[in-house]
Amino acid sequence: MASEFVLEMNHITKRYGSNAVLRDVTLRVRPGEIHALLGENGAGKSTLMNVLFGMPVIHATGGFEGQVVFDGQPVSIASPMDAMEKGIGMVHQEFMLIPGFSVTDNIKLNREIARPWAFSRLLGREMEFLDRPAMSSDARRALDAVGMNIEEYALVSGLPVGHMQFIEIAREIDKSGMKLLVFDEPTAVLTESEAQQLLNVMKQIAARGIAIIFITHRLEEVMDAADTITILRDGALVDTLPKADTTPEKLAAMMIGRGDESVIQVEKRENKIGDNIAMSIRNLWVNMPGEYAKGVDMDVREGEIFGIGGLAGQGKIGIPNGVMGLYEAVGEVTLFGRKLALGSARAALKAGLAMVSEDRRGVGLLLDQSIEDNIAFTAMQVNGDFMKNFLRQKDSRAINRYAKQMIKELDIRCTSPAQSVGTLSGGNQQKVCVARALALKPRFLFVSEPTRGIDIGAKQLVLETLVRLNREENMTIVMVSSELQELRSICDRIAIVAEGKIVDILGADASDVAFGMAMSGAKMKDGESA
Amino acid sequence: MNKSKVFSHIGKYAVTYLFIALSVFFIIVSGLDINYVASQLLLRLNRNAFIVLALIIPIVAGMGINFAITIGAMAAQIGLLLTINWGVTGVPGILLAAAVTLPLGAFFGFLIGKLLNKMKGQETIGSLILGYFANGAYQLLFLFIFGTIIPLNSNVTIVGASGVQNTLNLTGSVGLYTAIDGIAHISFLTALYIVSGVLALAAVIQFVRKKISAKRMAATVALAALIAGVFSIPGVAAVVNGQHGREVRLPLVTWLLILALCLFNSTLMRTRLGQKFRAVGQSQTVANASGINVDRTRVIAIMISTVLAGWGQIVFMQSEGIGTFQTYAAHEQVGLYAGAAILVGGASIDRATNLQALVGTFLFHSLFITAQSAASALFGDSAVGEYFRAFLSYGVIAVALIMYAWRGTRQKKEGQMNLAGRDARGG
Repeated sequence: MASEFVLEMNHITKRYGSNAVLRDVTLRVRPGEIHALLGENGAGKSTLMNVLFGMPVIHATGGFEGQVVFDGQPVSIASPMDAMEKGIGMVHQEFMLIPGFSVTDNIKLNREIARPWAFSRLLGREMEFLDRPAMSSDARRALDAVGMNIEEYALVSGLPVGHMQFIEIAREIDKSGMKLLVFDEPTAVLTESEAQQLLNVMKQIAARGIAIIFITHRLEEVMDAADTITILRDGALVDTLPKADTTPEKLAAMMIGRGDESVIQVEKRENKIGDNIAMSIRNLWVNMPGEYAKGVDMDVREGEIFGIGGLAGQGKIGIPNGVMGLYEAVGEVTLFGRKLALGSARAALKAGLAMVSEDRRGVGLLLDQSIEDNIAFTAMQVNGDFMKNFLRQKDSRAINRYAKQMIKELDIRCTSPAQSVGTLSGGNQQKVCVARALALKPRFLFVSEPTRGIDIGAKQLVLETLVRLNREENMTIVMVSSELQELRSICDRIAIVAEGKIVDILGADASDVAFGMAMSGAKMKDGESA
Repeated sequence: MNKSKVFSHIGKYAVTYLFIALSVFFIIVSGLDINYVASQLLLRLNRNAFIVLALIIPIVAGMGINFAITIGAMAAQIGLLLTINWGVTGVPGILLAAAVTLPLGAFFGFLIGKLLNKMKGQETIGSLILGYFANGAYQLLFLFIFGTIIPLNSNVTIVGASGVQNTLNLTGSVGLYTAIDGIAHISFLTALYIVSGVLALAAVIQFVRKKISAKRMAATVALAALIAGVFSIPGVAAVVNGQHGREVRLPLVTWLLILALCLFNSTLMRTRLGQKFRAVGQSQTVANASGINVDRTRVIAIMISTVLAGWGQIVFMQSEGIGTFQTYAAHEQVGLYAGAAILVGGASIDRATNLQALVGTFLFHSLFITAQSAASALFGDSAVGEYFRAFLSYGVIAVALIMYAWRGTRQKKEGQMNLAGRDARGG
């Protein structure tokens, strides 16, 4: 079939309820090209791939609008299996390998070569004997094609992490009739030389006529390997252009560029921030699945609002969770000149730290309990506040008084302080979380993803509260957020985290290009540093 | 083998070594005749091995220890009841009971599998509770439905009421007692020489066909020679050859059935289906992503296990020294004892082999036989031995569950730390 494109996804729109996560996106991929798909988190890359693979989540939420043309034929892809049979393969970001199986068994999983015998003719294919020599030689061929000289009979569990990616690729190219391969952040866990080898393998695969969709946030890899680049932002197509027509800086700006619209207006601070260090973090490693911090160094000055940004999964959320002792962590943290013991939430709270967790419903709140009890709970446990002196009983009246004050200050919309927090809206729940952190009277506050999943009005109020606390109470605040715009509107300085490390610390007024480059893991040569 | 390897081996099979030590100790203090212990042990092994082997497939398929084999035993008891009721005797009777067990066990297994799919991660405890629950349904069936809705002959029902008699007899005119065991016997020594010979021959053939290394072949041949050699020593042979007490003989057909089941288990693992069991057992996510129907595979594993356990219960019931069974209680401990036995053999919640099942059955029952006598020798009270049995079975299972959970969290932690790249931190 002499079609110019192997895959055309034309005018794809996908809504979850009334919320459109993809708006009229078109992606066209030629045979044998490496097509990079760029975008921030939430830009719609994953949703677009879910549509391509016919993932159940798409069908279960009312399907999508638009047309998918594969190999010249309009197709409707019912399931990931269906996609596989049509010749669309996926190299997963999280390895889809069985550790206790050999490399061969993994490559040929559920596509085993088998010989029939008397019983299998009676009872069906399931009873056929595996033909291990044939499977091994197929696996060998596939491994050679990706330039791996590991033994095909080795167990996957004993291999270095970097090799697993190549086994995944070997498995995909071993499938006959493969026409399109999707690589989802394939270099995230690889060392530099492995990543280079992977890019070479991708080029070889492409040279055999297989098209590749390459999802990544590393711009230098895009510039190295890709032929064509498509950029998505906020669910819409920004541009599709050949690599020759662009530069990393332009790409970074296209990924981020949201103009100057601020979430809230913040008046400039009157006093300069001093040079006193409130918290100093050295070589912090946090074992938080999906958000690993890998050797973070940073200093937060007293009285500032310090932002931590970066793409999801890069480790920014690991930092507050590690310092607060919610996840296993090693490293050195000093708070107001005193060393902080890691691994104990109680010690952190006692030292005057407080945190508004990103996991509101899990870590943050007792959903069945009343607003007032939620607000007072941690302070009672840690500082012994809201207690009567006689027999250490709970002082309900003091709690009620304080809760009412907080409800008023933070504008928590509720019927009474006795209402259970489970019945509140997301924004109001978040305000309860803030109130609870404040009840500890902390000198240093971590706020993690404070505006996730709440509406714009509540967002503004939460941000304004943070600014007020900072200015009036002189509270030092570290805010972690995926929304760069939000960080830029209230923070004095913003650290950008990529791959578990701080790449750059930028002022709020630094350029889009600088932020974009930092998020992709590259520090600008002339970038501002703190 | 270096030091750390030895330690990790001992750590992995700690329970097994503990049981070996305990067995030896118990045999010595019990003061029982070694000939008696040997013949009892082999009898127990031939009774129980089949049921224990039925546990392997679900373990490989990642469903833990299938305590719901109790329900397979119930299916077998329905089969036996009907066989007695219809008056079919001997080998045809056994075949009929097995034939009734097949569809019943498969159907029950299907239901169990469906239910366990709804409680992934809690299969072991789920199947345990299911066994208890099914016991209620079984009693309803045997007390009220049999004899009233399903008519039965008066020789198996309670006189003057509905329901099946409390005890069912397999001996005499019923003709099911030792229907398999009694077909043919072979002396233990002959069997041992044949097995050693076959083992050595197989090793040589495998070596000639270049399937195994010369070292491995030599080791296997040496082991076979050692076993045969030890039993050729007159003193050792005297224990089993009848010079001293009774000659120890094995029921040939029963042992062939056990061997056939071992062969079935290992052959199945070399098929497409076996590969699916292993894949699902190791990672449901990955298996699912590669297009394997995970739920269906798990249901098949439980169906096979349930039917096999039912057949195992028939083997148990007909064996020498049983003769009658408690209609309402015979199945109750089946899952518990079989589960404990396989764990004693060194199997875990997610790993099991034929050899582990056989070794486990051997060790577990060696304690069972000697516990009472050892207790009366040590404490002057044989009841302590009875308590000890219960303590032993539950204790082993508890330890296995704890070790599994502990190893799981440790591996998870290590995995995460590796992912976080702390190894590459360099100090």
